[in-house]
Amino acid sequence: MTTLPATDVVIIGGGWSGLLMAKELAARSSLKIIVLERGKPRGSKEYIEGMDELDYALRFRMMQDVAKETITFRSTSKERSLPVRQFGGFLPGDGVGGAGEHWNGMTPRFLPDVFEMHKATVERYGKSRLPEGSSIQDWGITYNDIEPYYLKAERLLGISGLAGNPMAGPRSGPFPTPPIKETYFGTIFTQAAREMGYNPFPVPCANLSQTYRNPDGVIRPACQYCGYCERFGCMVGAKAQPTNTLLPVIQKQKNVTLKTNAQVRRVLTEANRATGVTYVSEGKEYFQPAEKVILASWTLNNNRLLMLSKIGNHNTGRNLTHQVVGAEATFFFDQVLNRYMGSGASNVTVSDFDGDNFDHSKLDFIRGAYISSPAYGSRPIANFGAVPLSIQSNWGSEWKKAAIAAYDRTGRLRSSGEHIPYTTNNMDLDPAYTDHLGDPLLRLTLDWNDNERKIHNFISSKIEGIVKRMQVKSYVMAVPLRRYDVMSYKSTHIQGGTIMGSSPENSVVNPHGQHWQVPNLYVLGASTFPSNPSGNPTLTVLALTLMAAEKFPIR
Amino acid sequence: MRRRQFFTLPAGGALLVYSLDGQPTVSTSKAERKVALKFFTAEEALIVEAATSRIFPTDESGPGAAEAGVTVYIDRQLAGPYGRDRYRFTQAPFVEGSREQGYQGASNPRQIYRAALKGLVDLPRLEGAQQDLRLRAIENTPFFGLLRQHTLEGMFCDPMHGGNRDLIGWQLIGFPGPYMSWANDIEKHFGEPHRPRPQSLSQILNRKITPWEEQEP
Repeated sequence: MTTLPATDVVIIGGGWSGLLMAKELAARSSLKIIVLERGKPRGSKEYIEGMDELDYALRFRMMQDVAKETITFRSTSKERSLPVRQFGGFLPGDGVGGAGEHWNGMTPRFLPDVFEMHKATVERYGKSRLPEGSSIQDWGITYNDIEPYYLKAERLLGISGLAGNPMAGPRSGPFPTPPIKETYFGTIFTQAAREMGYNPFPVPCANLSQTYRNPDGVIRPACQYCGYCERFGCMVGAKAQPTNTLLPVIQKQKNVTLKTNAQVRRVLTEANRATGVTYVSEGKEYFQPAEKVILASWTLNNNRLLMLSKIGNHNTGRNLTHQVVGAEATFFFDQVLNRYMGSGASNVTVSDFDGDNFDHSKLDFIRGAYISSPAYGSRPIANFGAVPLSIQSNWGSEWKKAAIAAYDRTGRLRSSGEHIPYTTNNMDLDPAYTDHLGDPLLRLTLDWNDNERKIHNFISSKIEGIVKRMQVKSYVMAVPLRRYDVMSYKSTHIQGGTIMGSSPENSVVNPHGQHWQVPNLYVLGASTFPSNPSGNPTLTVLALTLMAAEKFPIR
Repeated sequence: MRRRQFFTLPAGGALLVYSLDGQPTVSTSKAERKVALKFFTAEEALIVEAATSRIFPTDESGPGAAEAGVTVYIDRQLAGPYGRDRYRFTQAPFVEGSREQGYQGASNPRQIYRAALKGLVDLPRLEGAQQDLRLRAIENTPFFGLLRQHTLEGMFCDPMHGGNRDLIGWQLIGFPGPYMSWANDIEKHFGEPHRPRPQSLSQILNRKITPWEEQEP
């Protein structure tokens, strides 16, 4: 093992939170910062050659190399955990920018009461309404604490949106750019939802509606609606990604060094102080001593690195959650939709049944879901084949004829629901399977509970009402939610395990990301979320990172 | 070193492909083409051709797997990194799991095909209806799941992968390909089909793009 010259700060992970922290600290101090990223450098130039559905959307060319490292999964602690041999339910990123390169760009803020969900639920409905086995707790901050950082994050990315949604939290400033263009399907959904008395709004997004110059002077162009966002990098840079929004600034900051192909294996500690990290690069092992260590890889890796490094407290690994997302209705129109056009955030949403936006007094569950009408640009392999229920087979002549007719006449509505934490859903190290370096894999123990199933049934009935209003020829509703599985794609919004909170008794880090037991170690990202709101997490990750950067001690 | 084996792709010149706006396009392949196989034997290729032609038939609703070159597509995928499980976590032990834990088998796609095709040697000689019966009997097996998925991939992938020959799959369903911009179109054409002529990524960028299967060792 080679010991390298010491540095002030070492950051593990070159995605949204790691690079944002590097940029912020470098801008306001002379701290020497090293960012270690296990993957390759990446950027817009290569993305134009990446508009290939097979390699990128189906073979996951931008994702973590599952042959080298995966996670294991079991539904309950009574079962044997087995490796997720092919990614499906979620897609871990890899390389500079991480999953922030191949996201869809949706950036809603969390609802205000999310941060005080325990308090709000107990106050309004009483303690008896907290579901059995749940481990709901407050975040240690309020919406008012995070609001200024939401606004700052929105300005950094140039978020496009339409203010005035009565179902969203208050804003202290306008969206930096107006909403993106509407799709035909979006207009049909909007009209039907309005007729039902709901509040349809375009989801705020990081896909620019017009050219935008951010406070750092970084200029990005408008979205082209090519339909290649999710699982692809943006070839024009309209979708905010770490490589087009943060990297141009970092490359000019002399006190930041970004090292790629550097896979961190351990955070070393001595008497409750982090002393640095060990990493592998091209087969060689290095020790990078550092005054402060910032763990900013993805949720699952943050947990795994803490566990492999034996830096824990009794809270590490708990409150594992995964946003409850599903396609709830598939339906067929008479007319053609031209649905190959779109953006990853072409999505009108209805939040009237989200969080506690509706009265639960007479219902047998808490919290809710938002309804979405994705028009992301429909690529043919993944989207061909849906047919009305009258067709019995999914292959052969009859199916083929119906599927061709239905191909560009198919719409879908989805729901994105809140996943509250339970004591039975958690993470630890797997006793049997290892990565390619021989380190134990992370083990997920995770299943749905009745609260999620009831939210799902409730929101499905609301969705069915909107579908009927859209005057479709026929429709198919999804089956009720049963058990959590790792095959069908939900979202990559897995959260928890290194949760933030008000004290060492109830959490792993404080609201500024500082580890309770190892105070010169910081943890950033959605692993710090104590619960999983319905909203997409990236904007909140960025806002919390900006908050952490401001509180970070600079000599 | 195995002896070179070939597969003959049918001519497509007589086919008219109708896209959704009713505009016929003539498929450009005028003649049969001999293709060197990379993984299948000639006999196996004929079985795959027969099976995928029942999954996505050539019939009155338009061309199918045969014209798109689905067999050639599958042959290349199996010969490449996908076929040998480069994109799967293959550490033992392999233990049968619950439905929620996903496919846990030890076999890679090459092995799954090779084993299953042994049971279908007579398929090319059967009548269509009998072929369907044979396939119905195995339609819940992992092999058939792969075969159906690969048929869709071969119909609708970018032609750089060997399927969707002459963009026949994209013409069939009105998918124009990876155009760089719809910014001037997205707010128009509401309720009516907009069907620009399909183009592959190589045609749009005017340079050859190398698929992943040819880049991975």
